[in-house]
Amino acid sequence: MKTVAIVGASLAGARTAQELRAQGFDGRVVLIGEEPHLPYDRPPLSKAFLAGTASRESLELLDSDDLGALELRLGTRAERLDAAAGRLVLSDGEIAADGIVVATGGRARRLPGTESVRGVHVLRTLDDASALREELVPGVQVVVVGGGFIGAEVASTCRTLGLDVTVLEALETPLVRVLGPQLAQACARLHERHGTTLRCHAAVDGLDTRADGAGRRVTGVRLASGGTLPADVVVTGIGMVPATEWLSGSGLAAAGGVPTSAGLVTELPNVVAVGDVAACASAETGRPQRHEHWTNASEQAPVAVANLLAGHLVREYRPSGYVWSDQYSGTLQLAGHPEPGDELVVTEGTASDEAFAATFRRDGRTTAVFALNLPRAFTRLRRQAFRRPAPVA
Amino acid sequence: MLRACTVDELPPGESVRIAGPEPIAVFNADGELYAISDTCTHQDASLADGWLEGCFVECPLHAALFDLRTGMPSCLPAKQPVRTYPVLVDDGVIYVRAEAAEDAA
Repeated sequence: MKTVAIVGASLAGARTAQELRAQGFDGRVVLIGEEPHLPYDRPPLSKAFLAGTASRESLELLDSDDLGALELRLGTRAERLDAAAGRLVLSDGEIAADGIVVATGGRARRLPGTESVRGVHVLRTLDDASALREELVPGVQVVVVGGGFIGAEVASTCRTLGLDVTVLEALETPLVRVLGPQLAQACARLHERHGTTLRCHAAVDGLDTRADGAGRRVTGVRLASGGTLPADVVVTGIGMVPATEWLSGSGLAAAGGVPTSAGLVTELPNVVAVGDVAACASAETGRPQRHEHWTNASEQAPVAVANLLAGHLVREYRPSGYVWSDQYSGTLQLAGHPEPGDELVVTEGTASDEAFAATFRRDGRTTAVFALNLPRAFTRLRRQAFRRPAPVA
Repeated sequence: MLRACTVDELPPGESVRIAGPEPIAVFNADGELYAISDTCTHQDASLADGWLEGCFVECPLHAALFDLRTGMPSCLPAKQPVRTYPVLVDDGVIYVRAEAAEDAA
């Protein structure tokens, strides 16, 4: 293998570039990013960066050594993949590569018809975060549509900036599908405790706007149940769509992402997929599953690289299921894979406290561990419940 | 020289955080004692709360992994090493030589 082209320069792509070198690949590595920015870390975009307490520099994912070992093509969109011919068509040219890494992630889903309305934001990229931050000035009323991790973190940041925030959640409780009813209730209480208004079972009917220069600007959010919430800024955290359109015709893309083996290898042995876009077959069940989390992107890179360089399956991906979210100056941590019907056992504190730890159990074994503001208890529970392969020295 | 705790108080797999010129985490990794700067170089988190596996500790928040022998991070998100400190045992008590802080390799 002489050239590996990595399409997508966010965490999964950047980690893959590092892993190629760490695993001894000494050929050409080309990292292609649609955004003009050097690879950056996303978690602070909804927190410290949005609040203005973390700088752009603190988000850098690659240092000068990393950058010196690869070829960067920024501001460049991948338009087509002809994997059989080893050809990647870009918005500004072509690349011949015998190894391809698909790390294109996804695009934030928007409320239909609101793309050009001023004051309406999504939060996935650095530019998104910068644009939103400019509008979070004293006195604005913010409505966050979607009470998942991004929505909750944005609401939390807005509160720290002293803004009036309402979170609209379609389900009976935010995060109920991830955490189950009891823990989701505990997280919902964080909003109330910190002065955010949380409205559940809330569906958005549309936005009210007014003429604003040449375009329109949001003034309120209309609810399907009737009534309108005044809003100067609307942030939608309603999920993402895998960015696979450039793979049409390659045979690699499906509706829900890029299907891969448990080793993150696509149907073509010289093409692997990592990060949010990869629909990786579970090593246990064989079911394809995408994981839209930071840890997943970071943990998949070494596995995909090992299989790409070996040319056959040498490692399988086993997700740790670790997710964290910083909300209201606290940290929520989850590891494992809780399922509906698992028994929840609170092991430290109570679920109504600002700090507690809990495990999910099924048939006598632990399926997941959770902690709010108790990292040490979380570490212990996680250690007891899950073994991990020891890192290679 | 900083007193950490007695040897009996730090069985294998355990850690303790002590105050010093900066917070220091002392680990018993399968019988070997190590001391490093307690604060993860990625974001403010206590490594004494982390997950000890062999002679590596994983930050409890974002899974940065540090080699206790050298202080070097072995995976993102951390890129900067943590400081390492010499550890001594005298008469059943664990001490950390913090005034002779060495820059990590």
